[in-house]
Amino acid sequence: MATDTATTVHDDGHEHAPSFIDRWFFGTNHKDIGTLYLLFSLAMFLIGGAMAMIIRAELFMPGMQIVNPEFFNQMTTMHALVMIFGAVMPAFVGLANWMLPLMIGAPDMALPRLNNLSFWILPFAFLIMLSTLFMEGGGPAGGWTLYPPLSLQQGNSMAFVIFAIHMMGLSSIMGAINIIATVLNMRAPGMDLLKMPIFPWTWLITAFLLIGVMPVLAGAITMLLTDKFFLTSFFNAAGGGDPVMYQHIFWFFGHPEVYIMILPAFGVVSEIIPTFSRKPLFGYQAMVYATASIAFLSFIVWAHHMFTVGMPLGGELFFMYATMLIAVPTGVKVFNWVSTMWQGSLTFETPMLFAIGFVVMFTIGGFSGLMLAIVPADYQYHDTYFVVAHFHYVLVTGSVFALMAGAYYWLPKWTGYMYNETLGKWHFWLSTIFVNLLFFPQHFLGLAGMPRRIPDYNIAFSDFNMISSIGGFGFGLAQLLFVYVVWSCARGRSGIKVGDRVWEGARGLEWTVPSPAPHHTFTTPPKFDDRDLAHGDVSH
Amino acid sequence: MSQTNEQRRQTRRLVGKIGLITVAAFAFCFALVPLYNIVCEQVFGIRPDGQAVDVRGLDLNRVDTSRTVTVQFDATVNSELDWEFGPELSEIQVHPGQVIEAWYVASNITGDAIVGNATYDVVPKRAIPFFSKTECFCFTEQLLVPGETRRMPVRFFVAPDLPERVNTVTLSYTFYNNEAATRREQARLAEHQAAAAQSDSRG
Repeated sequence: MATDTATTVHDDGHEHAPSFIDRWFFGTNHKDIGTLYLLFSLAMFLIGGAMAMIIRAELFMPGMQIVNPEFFNQMTTMHALVMIFGAVMPAFVGLANWMLPLMIGAPDMALPRLNNLSFWILPFAFLIMLSTLFMEGGGPAGGWTLYPPLSLQQGNSMAFVIFAIHMMGLSSIMGAINIIATVLNMRAPGMDLLKMPIFPWTWLITAFLLIGVMPVLAGAITMLLTDKFFLTSFFNAAGGGDPVMYQHIFWFFGHPEVYIMILPAFGVVSEIIPTFSRKPLFGYQAMVYATASIAFLSFIVWAHHMFTVGMPLGGELFFMYATMLIAVPTGVKVFNWVSTMWQGSLTFETPMLFAIGFVVMFTIGGFSGLMLAIVPADYQYHDTYFVVAHFHYVLVTGSVFALMAGAYYWLPKWTGYMYNETLGKWHFWLSTIFVNLLFFPQHFLGLAGMPRRIPDYNIAFSDFNMISSIGGFGFGLAQLLFVYVVWSCARGRSGIKVGDRVWEGARGLEWTVPSPAPHHTFTTPPKFDDRDLAHGDVSH
Repeated sequence: MSQTNEQRRQTRRLVGKIGLITVAAFAFCFALVPLYNIVCEQVFGIRPDGQAVDVRGLDLNRVDTSRTVTVQFDATVNSELDWEFGPELSEIQVHPGQVIEAWYVASNITGDAIVGNATYDVVPKRAIPFFSKTECFCFTEQLLVPGETRRMPVRFFVAPDLPERVNTVTLSYTFYNNEAATRREQARLAEHQAAAAQSDSRG
């Protein structure tokens, strides 16, 4: 289309390479920032994973063996905070930074300097948060939800935790603003919204969720801060506050937050499955509308996290049915992924394996979510290991598997070399076997009544806990394989250079630029044909 | 970094709008505090804490002697408060409609004056609308000086139209340290002592 409307202004030239410091600390290039985000989240994934290893080591046998209960509680709390805010969310922002401009034919993100800022806040936020582990009284130990009154009884290190979460929230909001501005303003001419690939779509919707709820979290923890240090009584029962109100406000943030972590995963999987099925995505528009419906519903289901606080029956019924309603758009998505594969000429490279693993195991997590939505049943499941099993199925075999799939899918585009396919497959199979060994027995533990967040348990739970811990160690070790695969791919160890279109069945603008993607791409907006896109359904 | 001027203008406008949404979302969080109370009281009819029932409009002669309900008393002290606290009787048999007085005892075993506030809960949930307090130590701040022990009353009745299947009602209290009031009272006591010491030295 009209390429002449775009005037190209280069403010850093091609001929001189920036110094290491200029490029990685002060750079505003979306690809470099994406790389920084991804490496940061990988580091956090390993740190959070190490905490999980401590938790599983302590739970290997009943009785107290390795750590004291206070430290155990700090580990469960920190593991969650690090994994949610440090690993999963920044990883998806990293993928967005790298791939969004390439997929919509933009030269960079709309706000490159904001991009640099939103990344560089993160390492400092996590430094502050992790440093509380070494402070007097230790880090936060009342669970990542920071429920009062327990969270208000933490030592003064709580102020550091809250400040760190404020910074993470600020970073997420700036990232979200950037993504919205990029998707709405920077698309190549001719790419109207309903021709846009599905990954940018899911991220656009996710970004709106972030804008809507991260400030609510910021407000909630600000109230905690003033309750603790400035004698207000928002949640302080002694002063007439209501701790249950905190739970309402927190989950008003917290439920959209879980969709913030899964919607981009839907997007990644929706890119990968068509590629390795060699078919366009089935039901593209249905996918977009399903994503938007899930996002809308996520705002009106929050109280299903707190059925047992003693809310009126009418409230319980409303939140139960609204929650179950989410299964409908989610079912549409699963149906469409399966239909995309139906009669496709499938091949099973590592990204596809992870994507199929995602579809199967995320669905298992979805089903246990439906069980939890049933109010009378939830009175039994609430705060047991059943809940732990549920959210690890949707977050680990869901979000994290989608991230792995995305990393394998785009690594050749990032590095210019094919990764080691044999090791990739080993990584997938080891991860899948061990992750099920890790989390599946936790369903049984929960149904038998083992509570969450305890360092010791009844000996009746011994066997399943031991199996679960073995699965945990195996899954943890398998991720080191991933680190090696990424490192060796970046070094070009395989020696296999890849072309522009890395995968035979891949469609979309990101496969029209060279591999590795050069520092500057689409400085003039690309012309494209609808057949270049990953979805055939552009009927409007 | 090659954006047209038109794109830059659009981006600026868009960022302004999204920034407004962000600020509105932050403000909304604080608006949730009054909203929460309004929804609880107006929509769900949950009575706010800390208010006595007005007995003037009630027919206190309507005592249902044919029925006996067990009222159990429970007490908890939050870990931030170094008090001993418990009911004098662990349970009591009442007829619906009867106004009953029960006593709780709290002792401050620390060396500091502390203000505590108690919150209450009634189980089972379906008994809540039928359980009314006409007077309760939980409605006010309780200041206990070091070593002080206080008997505190709660006066209540169970409405005669309590559902048939409810035979036992548990009234449970949790005492919390009211830090703001504690600081205020400690400052006031210190002032008193200083004034007393001054008048002593003059006398």
